[in-house]
Amino acid sequence: MTSENGTPLLELKQINKSFGAVHVLHDVDFAVYPGQVTALVGDNGAGKSTLIKCVAGIYPVDSGGIIFDGRPVTVNSPRDAAALGIEVVYQDLALADNLDIAQNMFLGRERKRKYRLPLAEKLFPRTLDEASMEEAARETLARLSVRTVSSVRQQVASLSGGQRQTVAIAKAVLWESKVVILDEPTAALGVAQTEQVLALVRRLAETGHGVVLISHNMNDVFEVADRITALYLGRVAADVKASDVSRSQVVELITAGRSGDLGLAPSTAAESI
Amino acid sequence: MSTKSTKPSDVQLSDTAFATDLGDQSVGSALRDYGIRLRSGDLGALPAILGLVVLGLLFTALRPETFLSNQNIANLLVQALPVTILAMGLVFVLLLGEIDLAAGVTGGVAAAVLATLLSEQSQPWYVATLAGLGTGLLIGLVTGWLVAVLGIPSFVVTLAFFLGLQGISLRLVGEGGTVPINDDVIVALANKNLPLAAGWVLAWVCVIGYAAVGLFGWYRKQTRGLSRPPLPLVVTRVVVVSLLILGGTSLLSQDRARSPVVFLGGIPWGVLLVAVLLIVCTFVLGRTAYGRHIYAVGGNAEAARRAGINVTSVRISVFVISSTIAAISGIVAASRLNSATPDAGTRTELLLAVGAAVIGGTSLFGGKGKARDAVLGGLVIAVIANGLGLLGAKAYAQFLITGGFLLLAASVDALARRRRSATGG
Repeated sequence: MTSENGTPLLELKQINKSFGAVHVLHDVDFAVYPGQVTALVGDNGAGKSTLIKCVAGIYPVDSGGIIFDGRPVTVNSPRDAAALGIEVVYQDLALADNLDIAQNMFLGRERKRKYRLPLAEKLFPRTLDEASMEEAARETLARLSVRTVSSVRQQVASLSGGQRQTVAIAKAVLWESKVVILDEPTAALGVAQTEQVLALVRRLAETGHGVVLISHNMNDVFEVADRITALYLGRVAADVKASDVSRSQVVELITAGRSGDLGLAPSTAAESI
Repeated sequence: MSTKSTKPSDVQLSDTAFATDLGDQSVGSALRDYGIRLRSGDLGALPAILGLVVLGLLFTALRPETFLSNQNIANLLVQALPVTILAMGLVFVLLLGEIDLAAGVTGGVAAAVLATLLSEQSQPWYVATLAGLGTGLLIGLVTGWLVAVLGIPSFVVTLAFFLGLQGISLRLVGEGGTVPINDDVIVALANKNLPLAAGWVLAWVCVIGYAAVGLFGWYRKQTRGLSRPPLPLVVTRVVVVSLLILGGTSLLSQDRARSPVVFLGGIPWGVLLVAVLLIVCTFVLGRTAYGRHIYAVGGNAEAARRAGINVTSVRISVFVISSTIAAISGIVAASRLNSATPDAGTRTELLLAVGAAVIGGTSLFGGKGKARDAVLGGLVIAVIANGLGLLGAKAYAQFLITGGFLLLAASVDALARRRRSATGG
């Protein structure tokens, strides 16, 4: 793959995935670089979600390799992905409405209290350390310059769509993840909230994360992406720098699999249909 | 590409960021927040407390000489025991949005096991109690497995158990018969009281413990700059709870014997049992990762699963807890009757317990509820039954009124939920 960006943080090589008779991913190569936003674009059914779920450990791949931080890895469960430092922020966000912001950010990985007395340690070994979780949650949000939240003890049910998206992203940041995958983060947001979230996406990359942005929205893609990978019917149509292509070229790649000399060979593009 | 020059994140906060967390909140703004919460449908314990006050005033006005007498208050508390305990177990199941229709009958079976072991096998009380609790645990394990692993709706599984377990009770106790319980320890549970001095010591331990947890917790949050309620509210809560505990102890410590020659007074053992269960359940739900996971699974099971929580084992565990606590409730009920009967738990016990939890503020839709809801709701149910009994109301009226109350509480729950989804998220 292109070496001009340094070593990729996450690299997928020749990934194939079928569901029964349906061959969803054909020899897909995909790379994510630290400090860059890679947009993953493609029409509905192009295989974006399947590819992400393979990375996240939800689907096993049929063939192909995943290389993380220079070494080959296997990702068999969401826990494996999280342990490597891969966090996925799904479109439906997966926040528990009845819990507050701090509780949601630490869900499933709660910090336990440390006691000085060994007896207390024995009696209450699993007591939650609310204080340090609250501090860490607030610190993470502050680091991402989130200014719209008045309390990390607010229930998530009372937050706006943009704020919820922010919490979901901050949750990924809190875990020192190296790769953050965002699935349509602006799909349900208004104009102002979209701007906030996109600024947050940029800030993620500036803080050294490898960011994958899945989006249908060309405005979003060209506003924040450094690289664009276009999928067409399960194949990579192009993997290009965002500055090298125009919007209409990307739209053509998404809808036809090729644009001028970019994209799949005409025969491959046609055969895929 | 246009905004790529976004300034690097500066950690300077604006005035509004985390304003509520970092500043000292005034009582006024805390009350305003509470008002907003109420309007958005989060009523908490308010309906149960209002209900208790209104019903208490009503029955005191109608039966001034009997309702608030020492005898009646002690009697009322003991009447409330089985339903309150049952409801406390059900809170765990309701938190996941599930239901355990067999909880009452599970208690009946546990009591039958206990009574049979005591009378026919002459086992000591602790062996019989452990066997009774083990029975509950086992039933919960099977129920939980069928619900969480096989995926049968809990309504159906527990309905089947409701019927099937009645058969086991009948088999153990024998048709038409009862098994008497003569063991001193078991009988004492619902019929005897703590020594006065022990009652006072425990009451003060509770008061000091509650005050220490409340005030020390506030102090710690203040020094670390964490989100906290205003101090006057914390103090008020501590004072009110302390007065209730000490006032109740004082009331229960007076002589309530009808005959002047004997002394009858003190906190009933069963009330102590409820207090212990309340503290343990509150601790588990509020302070442990396991408790947090129960709320998460109840609020959004998919989010919990993606967060790496083992949703299946959480599902199984709440049925185990509910059934084990139901076994305790069944043993207390049997202790009150001095016997195990084949129809224990088959009548209104379960529905009253669900009603108690819902009246106390636990949602039938999952994700919202506390252990204390069972106590508040259990008291409301007991006050209704007790007060109507004093008024000489017919049985049919009691059913109608209690049913009406349950429906009212469920409507409040459903309306509150609609309100919540309308106002936010």
